[in-house]
Amino acid sequence: MNWLPNAALAQLNARALMLKKIRNFFAERDVLEVETPTLSQSAVTDVHLHCFKTSFVGRNISDKPLIDGGVPLYLQTSPEFHMKRLLAAGSGCIYQVSKVFRNEESGRFHNPEFSLLEWYRVGFDHHKLMDEMQSLLTLILECGTPTRCTYQEAFITHLNVDPLTAGIEALKLAGAHLQLGEVLDNETDKDTILQLLFCIAIESKIGQTAPCFVYDFPASQAALARINQDDPRVADRFEVYYKGVELANGFHELNNSQEQLQRFQADNLLRKTMGLAEMPIDHRFVACLDHLPNCAGVALGLDRLLMLCSEQAHINDVLSFNIENA
Amino acid sequence: MATYSTSDFKGGLKFMLDNEPCVIMENEYVKPGKGQAFSRVKYRKLISGKVVDKTFKSNETVEAADVMDFDLAYLYNDGEFFHFMNNDTFEQIAADANAVGDMDKWLVEQDICTITTWNDNPIAVMPPNFVELEVTETDPGLKGDTAGTGGKPATLSTGATVRVPLFIQIGEVIKVDTRTGEYVGRIKK
Repeated sequence: MNWLPNAALAQLNARALMLKKIRNFFAERDVLEVETPTLSQSAVTDVHLHCFKTSFVGRNISDKPLIDGGVPLYLQTSPEFHMKRLLAAGSGCIYQVSKVFRNEESGRFHNPEFSLLEWYRVGFDHHKLMDEMQSLLTLILECGTPTRCTYQEAFITHLNVDPLTAGIEALKLAGAHLQLGEVLDNETDKDTILQLLFCIAIESKIGQTAPCFVYDFPASQAALARINQDDPRVADRFEVYYKGVELANGFHELNNSQEQLQRFQADNLLRKTMGLAEMPIDHRFVACLDHLPNCAGVALGLDRLLMLCSEQAHINDVLSFNIENA
Repeated sequence: MATYSTSDFKGGLKFMLDNEPCVIMENEYVKPGKGQAFSRVKYRKLISGKVVDKTFKSNETVEAADVMDFDLAYLYNDGEFFHFMNNDTFEQIAADANAVGDMDKWLVEQDICTITTWNDNPIAVMPPNFVELEVTETDPGLKGDTAGTGGKPATLSTGATVRVPLFIQIGEVIKVDTRTGEYVGRIKK
């Protein structure tokens, strides 16, 4: 029976050093380290995120009816909702290093359980947060100065199509040379087409020599970001790519409870049409949003960061034990 | 008919696409943090031998292919069919020239080959990685040459042509790697 770890033991040192640098980075900036729950009674509604579900069978902790004698609990896919409740309560700037859990995700860059660094800066917008993140990335990766481009510029440069104005047919035409076949030809959802084209034709091209920040994502992919004040076609959201790896996702955080609730409800409606289970909306989170200070936040995948730091080709090479070995 | 979902995809999985059985060579799971997941697959079409890339949306399904591999001993070629036998059950199977393709030049009597069938019909024949064949034709070489650069062409008993070192003579038996078609060594009698 093989009981040995996946990662070489040197990777444990590399990870410890990375975490130490991260904690120093935030200590120098007076950002408070916090812990929030891994288990929650509510869950993320995003149609592309799949929660692990379990059940608490002790004292009844909820006013909702029990299901099979217990209270359903979900493992967090990100600590975002709880961290924003701390921000709304007046915590000031905070960060967290935590384990998050995403079902159905396993591959070269995915393990269903992984480590996330998430931080929030009160008074920052997403541009100011990108500046800070640039400092952190150059510190950890010892890389060149990151570049920036809008989502629109990335598509125009690499696919010669404007993702904000193009219709579905124009996007399919722009991607025709990629020879993707039915997966592109038969798709009827514009965001899925954009994500496919981005994955195949853009992700592998940008951020090859230094990390690349892509910002101003389409408003239809706003998630928990604000819609841009000057251009309502885009959201104040950014992502970071380096050597073909998606490293981080950040927002100038939406702080309008009504708008957020509508997005969650729209997600659940979409889930219903897709035959997916509707998820219990986190009403405590929604309620906190009207008290959320103006802030920006970002989540950074630490296992992938470590892969890039130590030049490892597979996430398994930086995990003590991957899911198949756990 | 059985189906496979993208979550079943892995190297070696056999499935049907465009009415042709295919085998997955590589599968890469791709998913934006916020967005649709895809499987990028490299597969080989088992009849034409073509290698193709295809992207699937996560949870898409494909039909399973009724494809099986058998390890069988090569018997003989009757001019039309190549005959193989299961050494345990003595059952025989005949593959046509299409299934054998250009592998006929590596078929040695009694060698164990892998025969791939689809709906019980042979569609591909893989010889062993190494075969031993007699040299039937080659120019006389100089003594003292070592297996290094250069060499000369040699025709083998099955009609295959490989480059061999200059010291190899007609009538000698050599070992060849069938995957690369390269000379490996001389078999001393």
